[in-house]
Amino acid sequence: MAGSIHLIDRRYNSGNKSATNRQRFIRRYKDQLKRAVGDMVDQRSITDIDGGGEVNLPARDISEPSFRHGQGGNRETVHPGNREFTPGDTIQRPQGGEGGGGGSEAGEGEATDSFVFTLSREEFLNIFFDDLELPRLVRNYLGTVQQKKMVRAGYVVAGAPTNLSVPRTMKNSLGRRVALSSPIRRELDAALNALGEARGRAGAQDEVSRLEAEVAELEARLTRVPFLDDLDLRYRHRVYVPQPVARAVMFCLMDVSASMDERKKDIAKRFFTLLYLFLSRKYEKIEVVFVRHTDNAEEVDENTFFQDPKSGGTVVLSALELMHQIQAERFPVSQWNIYVAQASDGDAFGSDAGKSSRFLGEKIIPVCRYFAYVEIPDGQDARQSSLWVEYDTLTATAPNFAMRRVCERDEIYPVFHELFKKETA
Amino acid sequence: MSNQVQMREKRLAQGPDWSFELIEEYEVEICKTAAEFGLDTYPNQIEVITSEQMLDAYASVGLPIGYPHWSFGKEFIRNEQAYRKGAQGLAYEIVINSNPCIAYLMEENSMMMQALVIAHASYGHNSFFKGNYLFRQWTAADAILDYLVFARRYVMDCEERYGISAVEEVLDSCHALMSYGVDRYRRPQPLSAREEEARMSERNDYIQRQFNDLWRTVPAAGSAKSTGQKRSVFPPEPEENLLYFIEKHSPRLAPWQREIVRIVRKVSQYFYPQGLTKVMNEGWATFWHYTLLNRMYDKGQLEDGFMIEFLQVHTNVVTQRGFDERGYSGINPYALGFAMMRDIRRICETPTAEDRQWFPDIAGGDWLKVLDFAMRNFKDESFIAQYLSPKLIREFRLFTVADHESKSYLEIDSIHNDEGYRQVRRLLAQHYNRDVSLPDIQVVRYERDSDRSLVLRHLIHRNRPLVSSEATEVLKHLARLWGFTVRLEAIDADGKLDHYRECVV
Repeated sequence: MAGSIHLIDRRYNSGNKSATNRQRFIRRYKDQLKRAVGDMVDQRSITDIDGGGEVNLPARDISEPSFRHGQGGNRETVHPGNREFTPGDTIQRPQGGEGGGGGSEAGEGEATDSFVFTLSREEFLNIFFDDLELPRLVRNYLGTVQQKKMVRAGYVVAGAPTNLSVPRTMKNSLGRRVALSSPIRRELDAALNALGEARGRAGAQDEVSRLEAEVAELEARLTRVPFLDDLDLRYRHRVYVPQPVARAVMFCLMDVSASMDERKKDIAKRFFTLLYLFLSRKYEKIEVVFVRHTDNAEEVDENTFFQDPKSGGTVVLSALELMHQIQAERFPVSQWNIYVAQASDGDAFGSDAGKSSRFLGEKIIPVCRYFAYVEIPDGQDARQSSLWVEYDTLTATAPNFAMRRVCERDEIYPVFHELFKKETA
Repeated sequence: MSNQVQMREKRLAQGPDWSFELIEEYEVEICKTAAEFGLDTYPNQIEVITSEQMLDAYASVGLPIGYPHWSFGKEFIRNEQAYRKGAQGLAYEIVINSNPCIAYLMEENSMMMQALVIAHASYGHNSFFKGNYLFRQWTAADAILDYLVFARRYVMDCEERYGISAVEEVLDSCHALMSYGVDRYRRPQPLSAREEEARMSERNDYIQRQFNDLWRTVPAAGSAKSTGQKRSVFPPEPEENLLYFIEKHSPRLAPWQREIVRIVRKVSQYFYPQGLTKVMNEGWATFWHYTLLNRMYDKGQLEDGFMIEFLQVHTNVVTQRGFDERGYSGINPYALGFAMMRDIRRICETPTAEDRQWFPDIAGGDWLKVLDFAMRNFKDESFIAQYLSPKLIREFRLFTVADHESKSYLEIDSIHNDEGYRQVRRLLAQHYNRDVSLPDIQVVRYERDSDRSLVLRHLIHRNRPLVSSEATEVLKHLARLWGFTVRLEAIDADGKLDHYRECVV
């Protein structure tokens, strides 16, 4: 009979052995994943953009080929559960290797739908920012988002050796040694005195030897008091204390007049998304306010903001005023960090541009942390818009104001990075 | 044995929760019971793991150590997804054919499940691994873990030295040909990690020694003459182990690439017996967990509650759905194997007239001996051809469907009646014949003396074609490993060239 068994608890071994293989998979299908992530960004709302999520890959792209038999030729299959068939009965040939035809033969009826898998938040961000070609910034911020600080919280009796507090331990050791040995010392002193006395007397041989034995015994007891005991050990204790979290509000202002077509909106959305991601690295709580405007402004939800078509003229000032009003009512400067991102194709008529610029400089710039203006012109060679010209006057005086022009999707990240260089430094 | 029936044994602790002490207690009792039936096993090693680790083990096709490759990641993601969604439960156990035999128990299982798994894996599968001729012949249970460690380290070394992509390319190509990396007739040398390493460094040394820059300067004229004298076909016999041929003869592969080809080939060979004995292996293990636990129940060691829970799980495992039921996915190897093992026992113990006619050799014999013989000396194909009884054909209500391309419809070929039994049995056995299900593709020519191209021959069996798109892909992989043009000729039943496809490098 076999001897005793070998029973091993592996539960605490690191799981996630497949992490490498998973990374390999992602590495291999990066291109497809990028495309899928791109689609995902388009479909998602800004605020849950960074949650990771399900990605579809066409199964055909990732299949592994092998030599195997296809449809055709002659063959027989065996199946269980016959009820009414007798030899010679005929059945219609099923299409696509399903039902009676397929059987369990190698992958014949293999599902051809797409291969779904879930990206973690980090994987998602890596791929997302990889697309935008400068992942360093994100990593910097990923490292520092969770502002939790380790603070010392006294001493505990158990811990890692590295946390051993030598002074505390020695202090305990000393105290214990004193406490344990002082009664012995007292007895020892008494015994020594008695011994000296007895030696002085004559004819007290017996008592001398008894006292000598007692002294020896007491000295031995003294040496048995340990120098360091488990009881003495003290370890420095540390706890995580979350840092006070600052709140931020992000205003998205967008011109939705007829001249802002789908392409421009898409670029704007990407820009807003990046800003949101960026802020979510720094702040744990972020409110997003969407303000759209044509010739008058309104606060809307995200869906309406990006999807709902609305046409009309363009009065930029209306959006700035509304934003300012919302900020004053709901987001006091003392409690909120205020960020504003404005996207527009720069169309502004008459005195609107000038008024807007003044309003911005006087009312908004002073209260907000950062104001980013992105202009999405019709094409690379479109001339500067009136709004651009007016806004440009602010750049010299306001350090927290920045503006850029973006024409193509892939320009967004560099522009974004440039805009926020000051923040990252 | 008779006195044991009266002597009721100590009842084992019950309840859903397991502990390490309990597992050991059960294991000891199961071991004793297995000894009553004379099961011969490798020593057991039982490891408790979490469901996440189970998913890991899944991904690497059940191997505890594997080299990194994206396809394992894909497998992992697929299983994880299915598991998270609840579309798929996890197997209760994974068992590794090694010495000692390693079985994984999942943390989430109840005590009953752990006992079932121990009986199933550590005694059922384990004794099969030790006894069956294919496993004895093809897998070196003592060396496999060492070899896998070596393989993993080697592949990772290569990745470091030559880059992940370069290694991945070779592995991809090898994986495409994995089913053609198997020796069916020669016994592979037992491998040990140390020997592998020694052989490798020898290979490198040899290459170092052979390097002589002078050869470059030798005029080419002399060689042309010598080739003209001897133009024989190489290889002299067709070679069906494509990976082996590539490893030995590929003109372009670097030594480390050859080594990787070899690793994939070895792993493929390791799995070869498993693919051939699915029905038997699972049937055997299921039969023994059923028999052992029932025996323990008879001895009074197990309670009714335990048995009811056990029977429910057992029944789920051996359920065979009919072809027209939902969730039908072919014949369940557990169901078929278990039914056949039990049927053999029945034929021995209480044979009917029909059994005596069909199985004169074993009817009324000693069932333990007969089963042991069957376990040791058969593979699925021959096992079914030998032992599938008419009674089982009736019970499974098996029928065969002929799918011939000359007809626009399928035809029922035979059913469970007197005329059909033999035909059903023959066709079911065929179904498990690897030589039929795997297209017959062999290396026939290596044009060593001319353009170094490689010619393969696909013998078309019963007019069944290859999946064309995949064949083209695999050919590309093959050409990548070979480094020169590769051509696949399809030969029809008359030996005439039907068509060919080529991948030019």
